[in-house]
Amino acid sequence: MSPSTLTVWCWELRKLVSQKRTYLGLGLAAILPLIFVIVQNLHQHGGGRDENIFASHITQSGLATPVLMLLFMAAFMLPLIAALVAGDIVAAEDGNGTLKTILTRSVDRGQVFAAKALAAMTYGAIAVFLSAAVATIAGIASWGFNDVITFSGSIVSAPEGLLLVFAANACYLIPLLTVVTIGVLLSTATRNSAASVVGTVGFVILLYIVAQIPGIEGIKPYLLTEQFQSWQGLLRTPTDWAPIAHSAWVCALYGIPALCAGYLVFLRRDVAGG
Amino acid sequence: MADETPPEEEAVDDEAPPVRARGLVKRYKEVLAVDRIDLNVRTGDVYGFLGPNGAGKTTTLRMALGLIMPTEGTVELFGRDPIRVGARALQGVSGFVEAPRFYPYLSARTNLELLAALDGAGAKTRIAEVLEIVELSPRAEHRLGGFSHGMRQRLGIAAALLRRPRLLILDEPATGLDPAGMRDMRALIRRLAEEGITVLLSSHQLPEVQELCDRVAIVDRGRVVYEGALSDLRRQGGAGYRLRSTDDARALELLRTQPGIDHATHGEHGLTFQAQESDVGALSLTLGQANVGILALTPELATLEDLFFRLTET
Repeated sequence: MSPSTLTVWCWELRKLVSQKRTYLGLGLAAILPLIFVIVQNLHQHGGGRDENIFASHITQSGLATPVLMLLFMAAFMLPLIAALVAGDIVAAEDGNGTLKTILTRSVDRGQVFAAKALAAMTYGAIAVFLSAAVATIAGIASWGFNDVITFSGSIVSAPEGLLLVFAANACYLIPLLTVVTIGVLLSTATRNSAASVVGTVGFVILLYIVAQIPGIEGIKPYLLTEQFQSWQGLLRTPTDWAPIAHSAWVCALYGIPALCAGYLVFLRRDVAGG
Repeated sequence: MADETPPEEEAVDDEAPPVRARGLVKRYKEVLAVDRIDLNVRTGDVYGFLGPNGAGKTTTLRMALGLIMPTEGTVELFGRDPIRVGARALQGVSGFVEAPRFYPYLSARTNLELLAALDGAGAKTRIAEVLEIVELSPRAEHRLGGFSHGMRQRLGIAAALLRRPRLLILDEPATGLDPAGMRDMRALIRRLAEEGITVLLSSHQLPEVQELCDRVAIVDRGRVVYEGALSDLRRQGGAGYRLRSTDDARALELLRTQPGIDHATHGEHGLTFQAQESDVGALSLTLGQANVGILALTPELATLEDLFFRLTET
């Protein structure tokens, strides 16, 4: 009986935990909310011109901080952090020659690919929730665990607000994990860590550029980058599920083919390095 | 770590040969790396796989381990094709191609724990034992970043032994080792072979192959130019003689013109040539008539090195 994919996934996580570069992205995810809170504390009395409803209520409740941080980091920073590991997870082993080491054991290629994709997704999810946790704790420590305003202007209780913060971050995972699948595909196909990370980030930037091109507004709702803010539907009253449902199927259109292509490439490719 | 599944107990086909390759071809665009190679490694063989650089040895081994896809042909390990059945074909098989590679940021023990986890729970119980076999127990907790080449090679053997292999595939295991390391590696391979493990050994070290192997395949430019028993090969090489004389240069001239004398060359330890016994008698008379004194004339079987160059430098 072969080891399970769960075993392979656990060891993929163990490898990530043992590498210093893993902490670069997680460090960024944790430190940015802290910097934000410190800066806000220093400039507490100079506000009043904020366009965003949460920005204008930043000092009313600590729970506004994780929402603002997600608004800020969802567009680029968190995709970048996720790409750092997703783009590296297959290519680095190819470069080091360790791919041949694990592929000559009792696990099938499909299991190795699945475990690697899951590990990269796990890392992306940890980065998102780490950032949210740091922002929430720092926000509450600075401005209290108070009722919080929604995008619709209504007030929700602090416990409900906390739940919404968690749900919003969970919702954001849909497009983020899609970015991960693209990173894993590039990592498998290019066999080059730098090219895969840059390629993944470049793809995100490309979609932002495409969104700015006049005359093609019709395709804008179907761009992956447009899904990065779909979680905001949760913070409206009543909850607006439409952008979330739209995001789910649009992301599936990007993520499933990327994952399938990565899987097929991994299954059939020659492992000639190292 | 997560679940602890039982070790692999699926039966291996005892009747099927450890390695059987038929018409194996690997083409990289215009380059034909492997050209219709057939291999037959039998149970209990210590099988030498020889060839110059770029002959296609490593490519063939990678295909055997399912790391690269053959363009044509098949290779079966104990009757199972790794391309068709995946990891199940590697049951009872282990080894490494080129240098064994590990995770430099993990310790030797953790590297083996990882590989044992990928093999099944039974392998985990063998970690201490295999570290002991390759004499790496004192360095087990050290990260691989600080390991020498020889230590990594030994860890490669340890990783292979975790699986309790019936077939061990080793690609240049002594490369980069110092003389003591090479001697230890040979002793280890000999010991494993004595324990009944079939060994497929790719090597540039001809004395190593001559010392360890009973059957060989010699490949050149992607094709097998000889496959069979090493003793048969040496016998086919014909009777060889070594000659030391008072004037080797003159003697070489005479050897090259003397009927029945072949492959006359001037080596480090005198002249070597091949001939029938009757022709050697005539040669000694010729040398005497030419005032070339014979200091020593000794028969010897062709070495593997002689045969290797004869087969691959045509």
